[in-house]
Amino acid sequence: MSQGTVRQILLITDGCSNAGEDPVAMAAMAREEGLSVNVIGITNEGDESERGMEEITQIAQSGGGMSEVVYARQLSQTVQMVTKKAMTQTIHGVVNREIRQILGTKQEMEDLEPEKREELMEVVDELGETSNLDILILVDTSASMKTKLPRVQEALLDLSLSLRSREGENHFCLYSFPGKRSHVDKLVSWTPQLDSLKGAFKKLSSSGITPTGPAITEAIKVHMKRMKKGPSDNERLFIEETGI
Amino acid sequence: MKDSLSKKQAYNFTPGQVITGKWHGNKYRIIRILGEGAIGRVYLAQTGGRLVAVKVARQAMSVSSEVNVLRRVSKVQGLSLGPSFLDMDDVVTSHGTTSFYVMEFIQGQPFMPFVINKGSEWLGLFTAQLLGDLHKMHAGGWIFGDLKPENLLITKQPYQLRWIDPGGITKAGRSIKEYTEYFDRGYWGEGDRKAEPSYDLFAVAMLMVNRAYPSRFRKTSQKGTDYILEKVTGAPLLHPYFTVIKKGIEQKYEDAGQMKEDVLMALRNQKRAAVPSRLKRKAVLKKRNAPVNKTAGTPVTRERKGYLETVFFASFLLTIYILYLVG
Repeated sequence: MSQGTVRQILLITDGCSNAGEDPVAMAAMAREEGLSVNVIGITNEGDESERGMEEITQIAQSGGGMSEVVYARQLSQTVQMVTKKAMTQTIHGVVNREIRQILGTKQEMEDLEPEKREELMEVVDELGETSNLDILILVDTSASMKTKLPRVQEALLDLSLSLRSREGENHFCLYSFPGKRSHVDKLVSWTPQLDSLKGAFKKLSSSGITPTGPAITEAIKVHMKRMKKGPSDNERLFIEETGI
Repeated sequence: MKDSLSKKQAYNFTPGQVITGKWHGNKYRIIRILGEGAIGRVYLAQTGGRLVAVKVARQAMSVSSEVNVLRRVSKVQGLSLGPSFLDMDDVVTSHGTTSFYVMEFIQGQPFMPFVINKGSEWLGLFTAQLLGDLHKMHAGGWIFGDLKPENLLITKQPYQLRWIDPGGITKAGRSIKEYTEYFDRGYWGEGDRKAEPSYDLFAVAMLMVNRAYPSRFRKTSQKGTDYILEKVTGAPLLHPYFTVIKKGIEQKYEDAGQMKEDVLMALRNQKRAAVPSRLKRKAVLKKRNAPVNKTAGTPVTRERKGYLETVFFASFLLTIYILYLVG
């Protein structure tokens, strides 16, 4: 099981979607495909739009992931924490399914006595550390995000640093939405490490649309393609940066 | 994390409430809340006439994970500064089932206010105590992780440093579970977040720096170590520990034992060399700064009052401490 891969979509946004399919439904679809969707909502101090924040929670819930709403300056620590916690949660879910298969009925880890739970938790922690992680990062680059993008960039480099400290392998890829011609643009293709994101967010769309739903749909496709094909041989060697 | 209301209520206990463990049947009467962290709350409670700390988490799995660590870390030979583990159980309330664990209640004063009100020799002494325990913890294969003043207490008679939150303790070789930016070498661009002794020693050095900058400072575009050392140079009270801090943040120490040796050495040197060099420095300060910077001069004069007492007291303490170490 140490070869197992946890697949995540990490969505970073500051507001609610206004174009295309319902992102909550698309997140549910991602979950069906074995992915989990985590959402980080960035808010300005003193300006929290109820609707946007509500949507963030809902996307994460139906996507089987976690959500957190933070100020831009708290981004780094939150992004790595949410990612790691969501990983543990996914593995926890897998372990629970195994338990149900073995014990039948509706037993879960929480129904076991504390001592047994502790032993199982050790296994969960171990798997969290050693399993591989494929994480597709979807960054909202609509006009209102402009001032927050330097922080996003910093947080993503920090995430890479945190994950690199694990034993398991990591692969990242980075997409932004809305794209120039389509819903999403690829900024960085699958790479084991996010090294430099300088200039990655340079060319931003100034259109008023935020197609969160279509962006998640595209993210599912990218994940599925990678799952079928498996990692390519040369992906470790170079980072393709578009949009510069 | 956004919790649903019922989940929130499930770990919200009120003073006077008695919680009874579902599995082991122990009863705990809640007295008051001690603190709230990223994963849950800690309450002061009473059971069978003694005071204990009860930690309640939002998620049962975090409790299991922490208890597992606490249990295994407490088996490390000679480790003395952490809380002992007492019980782990679930409590069923009308809002649902919540997991909790019980540990020794350590009664003490918060670390930072205590050392700020005392001379800088206390900073050295407590750092040495901490390093002694870290050395054993590291040898046992564990890394403290989230080392910061908020996780340290000073107990009385004799004054001793204790650590309270096992939440960040990580098995060596894994990735650090919890951290606080100011004390995290990753934040300062000085390394990754792999659990290894040098990760903790960087945090210990920052703990000392924090003594001079209680409100902390944020990183700049300058290289992490350069900026921190600039800050250390700007704080006279850290000068005796300059080498220790420098080696700590540059991660030149092989283990906590070496760093402890250097802290003790700094304490010894401070005692021997302090008087003449202080006088000299003061004279120089007067000549150079007196007309320009009055405020800089004042604390030095104030500090000198009762200076002999401090030196006397420090040497006394040091003798006792060395006797303790040798014996």
